[in-house]
Amino acid sequence: MIDVLVVGAGGAGLVAALSAKERGASVRVLTKTYPTRSQTCMAQGGINAALSNSGEDSIKSHYENTLKSAHGIADEKMIEKLCNEGVEAVKWLDSIGVPFSRNEDGSIAQRRLGGASAARACYAQDYTGLKILHTLYDQCNANEIEMLSDRFLLELIVNEGTVGGAVVLNLKTGEVENHEAKSVILATGGYSRIYGNNSTNAVGTTGDGIAVALRAGAKLSDMEFVQFHPTALKNSSILISESARGEGGYLLNKDKERFTNELAPRDEVSRAIVDEMAKGGEVYIDIRHLGEEFIDHQLPQERKLAKLYENVDPAFELIPIKPVAHYTMGGIEVDAESQTSIKGLFAAGECANHKVHGANRLGGNSLLELIVFGREAGTNAANLAIENMESPTNGYAGRDLKKCILELQDPACKIDFYTKRDELCEQFYENVGIKRNHKMLTEALGYLERLRDDLPLMGVRDTNLIYNTELVEFLEFKNMTEIANAVVLGAIKREESRGAHYRDDNPNENQEFQTNTIYYKNGDELCVTLMK
Amino acid sequence: MTINIKRGEELVSYEIEEKNLTLLQVLTQIKTEVDSSLSFSSGCRSSVCGSCAMRVNGREVLACAYKPSEGDLIEPLRNVPVLRDLVVDMDKAYGFNKIAKAWGLPTSKSISVSPQDAKQNELQSDCILCGSCYSACPVYSVNSEFIGPFALTRSWKYVSDLRQSDISSTIAAVQTSGIYDCTLCGECVPVCPQGIAPKQDIVMLKNKSGVLGYMDPSFASSFGGGLTF
Ligand SMILES: Cc1cc2nc3c(=O)[nH]c(=O)nc-3n(C[C@H](O)[C@H](O)[C@H](O)COP(=O)(O)OP(=O)(O)OC[C@H]3O[C@@H](n4cnc5c(N)ncnc54)[C@H](O)[C@@H]3O)c2cc1C
Ligand code: SF4
Ligand code: SF4
Ligand code: FES
Repeated sequence: MIDVLVVGAGGAGLVAALSAKERGASVRVLTKTYPTRSQTCMAQGGINAALSNSGEDSIKSHYENTLKSAHGIADEKMIEKLCNEGVEAVKWLDSIGVPFSRNEDGSIAQRRLGGASAARACYAQDYTGLKILHTLYDQCNANEIEMLSDRFLLELIVNEGTVGGAVVLNLKTGEVENHEAKSVILATGGYSRIYGNNSTNAVGTTGDGIAVALRAGAKLSDMEFVQFHPTALKNSSILISESARGEGGYLLNKDKERFTNELAPRDEVSRAIVDEMAKGGEVYIDIRHLGEEFIDHQLPQERKLAKLYENVDPAFELIPIKPVAHYTMGGIEVDAESQTSIKGLFAAGECANHKVHGANRLGGNSLLELIVFGREAGTNAANLAIENMESPTNGYAGRDLKKCILELQDPACKIDFYTKRDELCEQFYENVGIKRNHKMLTEALGYLERLRDDLPLMGVRDTNLIYNTELVEFLEFKNMTEIANAVVLGAIKREESRGAHYRDDNPNENQEFQTNTIYYKNGDELCVTLMK
Repeated sequence: MTINIKRGEELVSYEIEEKNLTLLQVLTQIKTEVDSSLSFSSGCRSSVCGSCAMRVNGREVLACAYKPSEGDLIEPLRNVPVLRDLVVDMDKAYGFNKIAKAWGLPTSKSISVSPQDAKQNELQSDCILCGSCYSACPVYSVNSEFIGPFALTRSWKYVSDLRQSDISSTIAAVQTSGIYDCTLCGECVPVCPQGIAPKQDIVMLKNKSGVLGYMDPSFASSFGGGLTF
């Protein structure tokens, strides 16, 4: 049996694997795609660390900026760890070959992102995530880490409150495989795709690991906090980076007039845009005055993608935009050792809630989180496995998963799940999105209940088990419905506005709610409480 | 408009509306509305994850960056096993990154790299491992063990990195079924969505190998025996 099983091969998963290996554990990484295809490759802006390479900065300012953005529900100790270890984390990335952009003096270049008091984000042109992810992948190769792709996590093996491995679907063969391990790390990413095409995220960001952990008995927290990015391309939801506004881009309404302070926090700008859209008509970002040369140098991907998807050339035309789901602050509840409420089960990255982002994440802090807490999870999972001589598992005791999968196949199914998926995502964008209130939220909850009743009438029409992507999308859809349920219940419970969670029927922060929301399963029921 | 998709041995035609969509959007529409069994890979939709490379009319493209036209023939990548429809198995191909020992050895000294020096391997590190170059390379039809374009580009990325003090194992790793098996035909260059020229990087690796005392085996054998008088 291997010591440490890592599920997910984005930044968090690969750092965790490297750390566990370094600690002396045997390690296996499973991922539903290939490692380098993980969403981490999409990050452009940068990774925060108070290096003071491009102007005065300090760990204290990094700490204070992060705390402020968290609106009172972060764990100060965890933020301290994040900021303290940031400097060393970036130096480590540099030492393994991440090709950061450079200053004239040879140091790593940094730029200023929203909410930061200094130029703190280290970047590699607009490919920061890509270059970090690929460098980590190369290091995993160097360290002989076994990475198995095309493995879809179905359930965790848990006996008497202790994890013993994971059950996955091998997409290539259609077979169900058991991977037993002494400890397991989930690093499966966030859940912004519950908003479907109204999200900047990669298509597989469906919260699978979070849903699986919940089913296995783990606690979740703060699921109602979803960050919407104000500027994504209107048709494709492709991100237009914050630097477009940071460098002087204007937001214009249908009358081509400015209507808000472009440099306000993401949630405020998003709400201002939604208000304009509610009046009818489009909202645009105008960067024409920045000049073609600037755009080609600073926003080359954006220019290319605006032309491709919207048929507009940002150097000469207005870009139609809308706010869309971008980052999910909630996730699997973990302690200071990155361990979940299930013994031996750890979590890191966007799927975990280390309480460093609180009610709103600062740009550049999530890439940093992958490194700092990926390492924490990897080291602790390895330590636990190495201490644990005998095998803790009696195998998977749940339902026969191969049989369950075969039962999902139904060429004559009555309800098309793709149609329902679109409906669910629209429902969430409308009612559990940037602005919420009790009426909207109960409507969404009612919709979800009806959807759950309809689920047995949906199925997978394609009966070939070899690389069945319809099956994968159906399994993801089922996970999405569970995640969506948590998000809406938390949003109903939280009768206040805080950070990214905005209720127009309770527009202010309320001391009573200055704590984390906790979710757990009791039988089939999802329970939601406020942490004391 | 009609597009034709190679599905196993069959060629299947689909009638699609002309709506100025990317090929990936069109494939998604076919899957969710017409035929749910159509299989393809995707991820970012923005040309950075390398999931959606395929061939259109014989040429490698990213489906998320290509707009289809009437009569297009869509096929999976070449030189890799097809798992189903447009999905290919990249395990062996990606394995060449490991065979090429394309990685850096961690350095502990504090590192200073000028912006000019950083430009040295900036382009090589733009690679998204889409496999387009691998699919276009003609060497695989005669040598399935060829380390190949993207892994050699990745190798050069590290060899040319000023932060690397010891590149000997990486250079040694590309001598067999590596740089000398490349015919420098250049097929890998125009298909790269990131504008990388693996051929060029292979030339650089050959030069570097020469400087380090390695010899091109074909070159050595053509003079074979002639030097022993
Ligand atoms: C467009 C964009 C730009 C961004 N820019 C920045 C930025 O500039 N700075 C910053 O700090 N952050 C940024 N972020 C956020 C940041 O990129 C993410 O939070 C981070 O990459 C998440 O990494 P991760 O390792 O947790 O998960 P991911 O990178 O999402 O990886 C998840 C992994 O889990 C695997 N997986 C998922 N489900 C399953 C399953 N069921 N079975 C098996 N495997 C599974 C996947 O295959 C994948 O390998 C950006 C995000 C987006 C979308
Ligand atoms: S130049 Fe070399 S690597 Fe590129 S396609 Fe030709 S033979 Fe293959
Ligand atoms: S070198 Fe270019 S074509 Fe080859 S894998 Fe990398 S990005 Fe794709
Ligand atoms: S979907 Fe990521 S490259 Fe096309």
